[in-house]
Amino acid sequence: MNQRRSVFLITCVAFGFAFLYIPILSMVVFSFNASKLVTVWDSANSPTLKWYYSLLNNEEILDAAWISLKVAIINASGSVILGTLTGFGLSRFTNFRGRFTLNAMATAPLVMPEVITGLSLLLLFVALEQLIGWPAGRGITTMTLSHMTFSMAYVTVVVQSRLATFDTALEEAAMDLGAKPLKVFFVITLPIIFPAILSGWLLAFTLSWDDLVISSFTSGPGSSTLPMVVFSKVRLGVSPEINVLATLTITVVTLIIVGVSFWMARSNRIERAT
Amino acid sequence: MRRTPWSQRFGLSGRGLVVLLPYLWLLLFFVVPFVIVLKISFADIDLAIPPYTSLFQWDDKNVLSIKLNFNNYVFLFTNELYFKALLNSLKVALISTLICLLIGYPMSYGIARAKPATRNLLLLLVILPFWTSLLLRVYAWIGLLKANGVINNILMSLGLIHEPLAMLYTPFAMYVGIVYSYLPFLILPLYANLEKMDWQLLEAAEDLGCRPWQAFYKITLPLSRNGILAGSMLVFIPAVGEFVIPALLGGPNALMIGRILWDEFFSNRAWPVASAVAILLLLLLVPFMMWYQSIQARESAGAR
Repeated sequence: MNQRRSVFLITCVAFGFAFLYIPILSMVVFSFNASKLVTVWDSANSPTLKWYYSLLNNEEILDAAWISLKVAIINASGSVILGTLTGFGLSRFTNFRGRFTLNAMATAPLVMPEVITGLSLLLLFVALEQLIGWPAGRGITTMTLSHMTFSMAYVTVVVQSRLATFDTALEEAAMDLGAKPLKVFFVITLPIIFPAILSGWLLAFTLSWDDLVISSFTSGPGSSTLPMVVFSKVRLGVSPEINVLATLTITVVTLIIVGVSFWMARSNRIERAT
Repeated sequence: MRRTPWSQRFGLSGRGLVVLLPYLWLLLFFVVPFVIVLKISFADIDLAIPPYTSLFQWDDKNVLSIKLNFNNYVFLFTNELYFKALLNSLKVALISTLICLLIGYPMSYGIARAKPATRNLLLLLVILPFWTSLLLRVYAWIGLLKANGVINNILMSLGLIHEPLAMLYTPFAMYVGIVYSYLPFLILPLYANLEKMDWQLLEAAEDLGCRPWQAFYKITLPLSRNGILAGSMLVFIPAVGEFVIPALLGGPNALMIGRILWDEFFSNRAWPVASAVAILLLLLLVPFMMWYQSIQARESAGAR
């Protein structure tokens, strides 16, 4: 490659990554700052872990985190099932009635502004409650159902793109040898797309764990999620505990993502070697 | 693409069962809600729970009367605030998309041309912030941009400025927040597109005497058109309805339609007005969503 062009490109890439990472790093650094002013470094008493202790003793945040965790886990497991079925249907059945509609319905939540999705789901739950008495009130159930509806779209995309790259010959061979379609799916297809299903689960978990807007519309009294508590705190200004929360989140996410990518890179290499 | 024998062997029943569950799910939780939003946008505000009137009324003589109330729409169209907010949202989303392209295109290009090992690491670095809470990443900018925030403190200690710059709660902060949050959405599809590019075309063009910039303009740019469009739609469409970023960084004067919908719903409890805003916003965005779908269809057809 041309020398001058590569210098230009490297500068652009470096600038872009600095833009993406400086805010994240600043939160990590200031989570150890003793000063209540957050962004003014108190060099006499810092670094300190005092905000870490105070976060871990903050009942409001811990309660909200527990609700978020429950919603995120049920959501991730449910959307993986729905998303895998959709992704499988869309990529393996090339023509069935309603394919176009299913494809449109499954991809639209990816770009739909959250305020619209949130409002429409809430109005659905209110109407359903009037009509059949279920779901009674709003809370964890309504939030989970809402999260599943937009998370499954992401799982669908991940599963579909994995299915698009693997050869159908394996499935066909198994069927030629007399395996039933259901058995082929569980013995051949599922193990091959397992990495995609795992990424889909993690993605659905994260989407739910981070969601503020749709949860705000569909939650009820006493079921505030972590983002809802964070949002109400952040609206009042910066708070040292939020920096700690951000640092913990970033650490966990980085460990999981790096771990999973290493594991996938390794299993890819094994797959190619055999 | 070769027709897979799945369809023949599974038979209609098995096939139907696989897609039936997600189909019904999306119908109930994605399509039906919009019908209800449309219905409630024609209702009137009522001091009841839920706070809107019913459209259908059975009177004693077995007559069903349907009352459609167009006042919410009339209200939206005669009140300048909503029109301004809608225009402003489109403007903000468009400018943010362009800035994302300006930063994201060279980045995607650089990543696509890096060595395979570096490429995976860089890609991981693009994806990582995307997995960390949007709310927390937007929050980080409050700490950077506020009057006694990090940027002002650095500039003052360097002696470049003597008074803190007012950056937080301005349009500038809102643009920074949107571009920052949506940049990975633009880079990923663009990178996926550029990665498939045949770079020998560029070498051939340069061998034939094309200047590098000319080759870029004539070959790379047209070939990456679908990636550019797909990435731009992934930024533009959600940005039009964005709520969190204007609410946290934009200050009280940041007129964005997503915020207006939120306030109508939560502060004014005007559910019918909020529904009418949602319907208008949806009508505005549906053409872009359809465009996005057709680009996606073209991309996956091209990949086969």
